[in-house]
This record gives sequence, structure tokens and C-alpha cells, in this order.
Amino acid sequence: MLDVLVIGGGNAALCAALMAREAGASVLLLEAAPREWRGGNSQHTRNLRCMHDAPQDVLIEAYPEEEYWQDLLKVTGGLTDEKLARLTIRASSSCRDWMRKHGVHFQPPLSGALHVARTNAFFMGGGKALVNAYFRSVEALGVRIRYNAPVDAIELRDGCFVAARIGGERIEARACVLASGGFESNRAWLREAWGRNAEGEWPADNFLIRGTRFNTGVLLKFMIDAGADKVGDPSQSHCVAIDARAPLYDGGICTRVDCVSLGVMLNRDAVRFYDEGEDFWPKRYAIWGRLVAQQPGQISYSVIDAKAIGRFMPPVFPGVKANTLAELGRALGLDVPTFVRTIEAFNAACRVGTFDHAVLDNCHTEGLTPQKSHWARPIDTAPFYAYALRPGITFTYLGLKVNEQSAVHFGGKPSPNLFVAGEMMAGNVLGKGYIAGVGMSIGTAFGRVAGAVAAASAKDGGQHAAA
Amino acid sequence: MLPLDARNREDSAQATSAPALSENEAEVSRVMQICNACRYCEGFCAVFPAMTRRLQFGKADIDYLANLCHNCGACLYSCQYASPHEFAVDVPRAMAKVRVDTYADYAWPSAFGALYKRNGLALALATAAGLALFLVLGVAMMGSLFHLPLAGNFYAVFPHNLLVSMFAPIFLFAVLALTIGVRKFWKGLAPGAVSGAAMAEATSNALNLKYLGGGHGQGCNESDDEFTLWRRRWHHFTFYGLLLCFAATCVATLYHYLLNWDAPYALTSLPVVLGMAGGVGLLIGPAGLLWLNVRRSPLRADSAQQPMDRGFIALLLLTSVSGIALLAWRDTAAMALLLALHLGAVMALFLTLPYGKFAHGIFRAAALLKWNVERRQPNALLLSDD
Repeated sequence: MLDVLVIGGGNAALCAALMAREAGASVLLLEAAPREWRGGNSQHTRNLRCMHDAPQDVLIEAYPEEEYWQDLLKVTGGLTDEKLARLTIRASSSCRDWMRKHGVHFQPPLSGALHVARTNAFFMGGGKALVNAYFRSVEALGVRIRYNAPVDAIELRDGCFVAARIGGERIEARACVLASGGFESNRAWLREAWGRNAEGEWPADNFLIRGTRFNTGVLLKFMIDAGADKVGDPSQSHCVAIDARAPLYDGGICTRVDCVSLGVMLNRDAVRFYDEGEDFWPKRYAIWGRLVAQQPGQISYSVIDAKAIGRFMPPVFPGVKANTLAELGRALGLDVPTFVRTIEAFNAACRVGTFDHAVLDNCHTEGLTPQKSHWARPIDTAPFYAYALRPGITFTYLGLKVNEQSAVHFGGKPSPNLFVAGEMMAGNVLGKGYIAGVGMSIGTAFGRVAGAVAAASAKDGGQHAAA
Repeated sequence: MLPLDARNREDSAQATSAPALSENEAEVSRVMQICNACRYCEGFCAVFPAMTRRLQFGKADIDYLANLCHNCGACLYSCQYASPHEFAVDVPRAMAKVRVDTYADYAWPSAFGALYKRNGLALALATAAGLALFLVLGVAMMGSLFHLPLAGNFYAVFPHNLLVSMFAPIFLFAVLALTIGVRKFWKGLAPGAVSGAAMAEATSNALNLKYLGGGHGQGCNESDDEFTLWRRRWHHFTFYGLLLCFAATCVATLYHYLLNWDAPYALTSLPVVLGMAGGVGLLIGPAGLLWLNVRRSPLRADSAQQPMDRGFIALLLLTSVSGIALLAWRDTAAMALLLALHLGAVMALFLTLPYGKFAHGIFRAAALLKWNVERRQPNALLLSDD
């Protein structure tokens, strides 16, 4: 019989397969996607947040455990399990040599990402290069891989894994690692999780998905229905305001629009609704998805003028361009008098000091609600540009409860041979909010734990993990 | 903020007056717009860091980036937006298509640029012409291509001055045509003054083939996402083989004119040793490159360019094989025939230097120099962190 069955094909699944195989287990990896779409959301990632006490190859200065933990505590507002969080943090300090051994290359931060030069190690070529390297490595080690193999059910007996099912096919194994991702591409589930708003709209119907189209949450739902303990809230996700023209799935990083703090954001009624200059963009970009989701029609417009061009990462699609504000409002299909009035009121309220996008400068508005606290400069220099933005879901946070062995729990009791890693359990560490690169840290830490423990469990008939 | 504002004005001026892009150029522009918003591939080569210094991609930028691209393939296999993604990003293929257009666009005389469009035919005709010329000439001068052994005395078949009068003008024309072409290319996007440091680094990039190293030194991609150094190695054999052959010719020329030492030279003489080493390089290198070219994933290849690529490789192989055969049997009755074959191949190579794959080396070197000049200048963009 097969020792370890790994279900999934992203970073966590691959780490689990590698560790299990290195421990001597026979391993089969089932990837739901076809080969060209393999890798889950990992193909869209670019770095790993790493603890380090001294400079390490591509990482500068130090990022000690305590600082990492405080960062995590702050963004999650306490929705985190300290034991599991610290396990993730510590693992992040030592995993990179192992990653290199399996073909991952690191590089200094990309241009436009220098703010994480201290904390994040970038994968050369991004996440798909990492996924390719891991797949080459698992193949070389003799892990069997099946693509187009979407598991739809798990056979359980008294909290133990017995077999996985792909339609009518049944695959038995001594132990199993679930690492098949969240449910962001399950439209019906997103609709249900976000519900209906006061205007009678279903906001999630207007969401775009930045992540893989294959994360439909089939196994997550199956496990929750089968009585596995869960963690997190289904409406929590990494949710960014992205270009409304982005593809419905797999938009990835390039669909972001980074000029929000350089201009104003208007909703469908052509009015402002939040302080665009509240804080630095890297600290704020992940709140705008939710903010736009709360606006009518789940759409908003970032409006800038010529002064902003060349000051933000170039967006993938060109902005709507016009030589007058009225023309721009018309091109956006907004109510032109309201649009012009909103911009003019904003312009009149600007108190321009010394503009500096690199600091929390003293350009702000006065007597305007909501105010713009920093980088407020009148939108008065043609040509004017606008980008329509919609909420873009990167991944969801609802997951299965785990312990330090990454065991799936039933009624508070850990399973002896069923483990879970990656986005299916990231909510244990990251209940809400986000800090760059922590998803890959969680996936790597728990993928490796799950693979090692699953191999041990397969060897001693499930005694190891239960002990 | 004057420089940036000035740049904006330039950009908008460019946008209104710039010539329309060709289909191939428009594809590079589209792809670069996507890549510039992603940037995951910055570590692989020079194309992506050069891209990040721009917000728009006009014809001059596109020609420059296309020639900076070494078609290593790393970015295609790492691309989250590659087909079947609807963005269908394929940087190597898009760049390859523009690259050959630039050779044609910048060719001198410009009418000869058309030779790139049907380069397989052009190479075949040049080869046939070169071979026919020397075979017929041989018969005309000797009465027959078979003769009593001449102890390797080539000049008994084709007098030295005749050869010089044939090859020197063709070679000098090739040098002139390539120089004028690359000057036009350089002026398309003049990056500013060339410092010694930029020149030294560009030379090193070209001689080491740094950008076939993948950024991590493990090489580039061929048939799949695995990295290999073999392309770099085969190319080194080819390039340095060609260089050694050229050196052999130069040394022999010096012997002839300066020292009055006439060929044939002994097997242990410098021209023969250099020529032999170069010939072996030109045998191994092109054979390896051909093997890789055949195995390369069709995903990133522009199939329309296969005749140009493989034709050039075949011509190099014909040159080296005939040259080595000539050396091996120079003391036999077949010498005149082998000599005619070899000279025919070399003539075809010279004729097509400015109108075939050879031009890639010249334009690539110029693009590398542009990059090394450009990267030493401050970035005009003030993009804030995302």
C-alpha cells in the first residue's frame, strides 16, 4: 500500500511530498489542475517572509522572532495561535537551505519592493519558478505525480484517513496530507459567505479572483461537513482592489493598481468614501478590496492627474485618459456634474505643503469628509487618468484546525494519519489581515511538518502522531 | 522634478508623433506592459531591469530590448501569464520575431534587408554560388579537379593574389555593411556617452555569455523548465572556434606579407594549429547548437526563423568539415576539389555575414553596450514601492 498520499500541487503539497519522500515513504501526489496550471496559488507568489538574526545572503540586517511575531499579532488583531505562529516563524529562519537543495533560487528584492528587503526573500523568477523546481525535485526523488486528479471525497474511519476518491476511483494510503487550497474560486460559496447587502446586491458576484481557478474548496467543504474542526471566518480573505478589466481568475500580481494614494477614489456615485492617504500604500493596499466591496456595484475609480505619472508601478492596463475632468467623468460613465464637483471640492480643500511620497508628508485636506491625510495635491494638471477597480480575492482564510503536528482534528482530537497544510490551515496563524510573504512561510513550515509526520505515521501505523 | 516632467513631455510627444508599431512590435509592447506590472523575472537577465526603466515601449525601445534578449527561455517557463493564461505572455518568442525584423530594418543597403525574409533561400543560393564559383574556377585553371599531389600547395590551384582579390573586398564589404547597420541601430536609442567601464562590462557580458547563465549560473532552458549550461558551452565552442580560425588567417597573412613565408605551413606551425583548434570548435559547437535547436521547445521558437538559424549552423559546419578534410588530405590528388569546396563555403559565409544569423552577434553586442551605459545612469522614474 502507498505510504503517503499528498492531495494538492502547490508549495505546501510539494514541501510535504519532498519531506515524506526524503523520509523514505512512497508518495503519490494528486494535482487537480492539468500540468500547465499546476502549482495552485503558489505560481502567483514571489517571496517568503523570513526570520533572521543577522544578514543572510539576500536578506539585509535582522528580523528577529519577536518582531515577526509582533507584526503578525498586529495585522491579525490577535486572531492567531501563538504556538503555531512561532513554529512558522522559527521554521522560516532555517528552511531556505533545504529549499535551495530542491532547486529554489533566491534573489534580492525586485524593484518596487525595497520596503521588504529586510524581511522577505524573493524567489528568482517568482513562484512558478519555485513550483517548477519542486516538481523537478519530487520527480527526481521518485514521487509519483498525477495531474487532472481532483479528489472529491475522503473516506474516513474514526478520524483516520482510509482512502481518497476521484469520482469512482479509490486511492488508499497509510497517511494523507491535504494541501488543496482555499475556496476563492468557488463562486457559490463566496456568494454565500458575503451574503446580500442592504441594497439587495450579492457583492461577491462582482469579485475577481487573483488566485488559481482550481481552488474551489471541494475538500475543505468535504472535511468541514465530515466533522473536521474548522478555524476562521469564510468572509475573511486577502482582498485587494484590482483593475476591473482583470481576468476573472489568475490575475495574479500585475492587476494591482498602485496610484490610489496619489489621487482620489470615487465610487459609482462619484463621491469619495475613504482617506486615500491614511498610511503608506504597502500598509494599506490590502484594505481597499474590502472597502470597494462595500461600495454600490462593488466598483470604484482611482483618479489621478499628470503629476502622478511615473510615481507608481505601471499598471497592466492603460488608464482612461482625458484632457478635462468633465471628459474623464463622461468616459467613466459617471454623473459628470457630481464627478466634477467632487474633484473640485477636493482640490479646494487641499493644503499643499512639501509633497514627498516617501514619507507621511504634510499635504492634506481641510474641512473635507472623509479627509485625505497625506499626499493631497489638487487634481488639476491634464491629462487626467482613471482606473476602475473591483475587489480581487487572492485567497480565503477559512481552514481546518491543526496542532503543531499539522494534524486534522475531529471534536478536538487529532487524527493519527490525516494532516493538512497550506491555505487549508493558514487561518490558524493568519485569522485576518496580511503581511507580505507570510502565506508562503506558513505553507513551507506546515507542508514540511505534515510531510515528515505523515511519513512517520505511515511507518509506524499511525502511532507516531497520536502519541 | 524637472527631469521627470521633461520625460513625460517626451513620452507624450512620442505617443503622438511616433510611427505606428508593426504587429510584431505591438506584441512586444503589449507583453512588456504586462511584464512591467509583474517584474518577477528581473533576476534572469538584462531585459527586465531595462524594461523597468520605462513606462512606454516605442519602436526604439522594442528594438533594443529584442536584441538584448538572448532567448534563454527562463522567463517563459517561470511565467504565471504564459499560455494557457489568457494573457498568453511569451517574451522569448515575441522578442525573437522583432529581432529578425530589426536585422532587416537596419540592414545596409536597406534593399538587402529583404534577404532576411527568405534567409534559407538566400543562404542556399550563396552556398551554391560560392561552391560553383570555385569548382568552375578550379576546372578552368587546372583543367581538372584531380591532379598529381601538390604537397599541400594551395596556390598551385588558386594563386594567392587571386584569392586575396576575391575575399578581401567581400569581407570588407561585410564589415562596412554591418558597421552601417549597427550604427543605425545605435542611433535609434542613443543611451549617452560610453564609459570605459560600460565598454568593459559589455565586452565581458558578450564574451562570457553571462545572460545564458539564467541569473543563477545554472544555465538556460531548452526543451523544458530544467536549466542547462550546454547552450552556453556550444556557443563558446562556436564563437571561439570562429575566432581561432580568423586568428589563423590573420597570422598567415602576417607570415605572407611581413615575413615572406609562403604557405603551405607545417602541421605544427601557428596558423595550422590555430586553424585546427578553431575548426574543431566550429565542428563541435555548431553541431551542439543544432542538436539543441532541434530539441528546443516550439513554444518559444519563431518557426519562420528556423531556416536562418539552422542554415547558418549548416554553413559553419560545411566550412569546418571542408577545412578539416582539406588539411587531412592536402597532400593527395583530392586537394583541389577539397580546396574548392572549402573556399566555396567560406565565400558563402562571407557573402551572408551581414544578411544572416551572424548579425545577431553584432546587434546583441551593441544592445549589451547600450544596457551597460544605461544602467550606469540614474533611473528617471520615481516609482514608489508597491
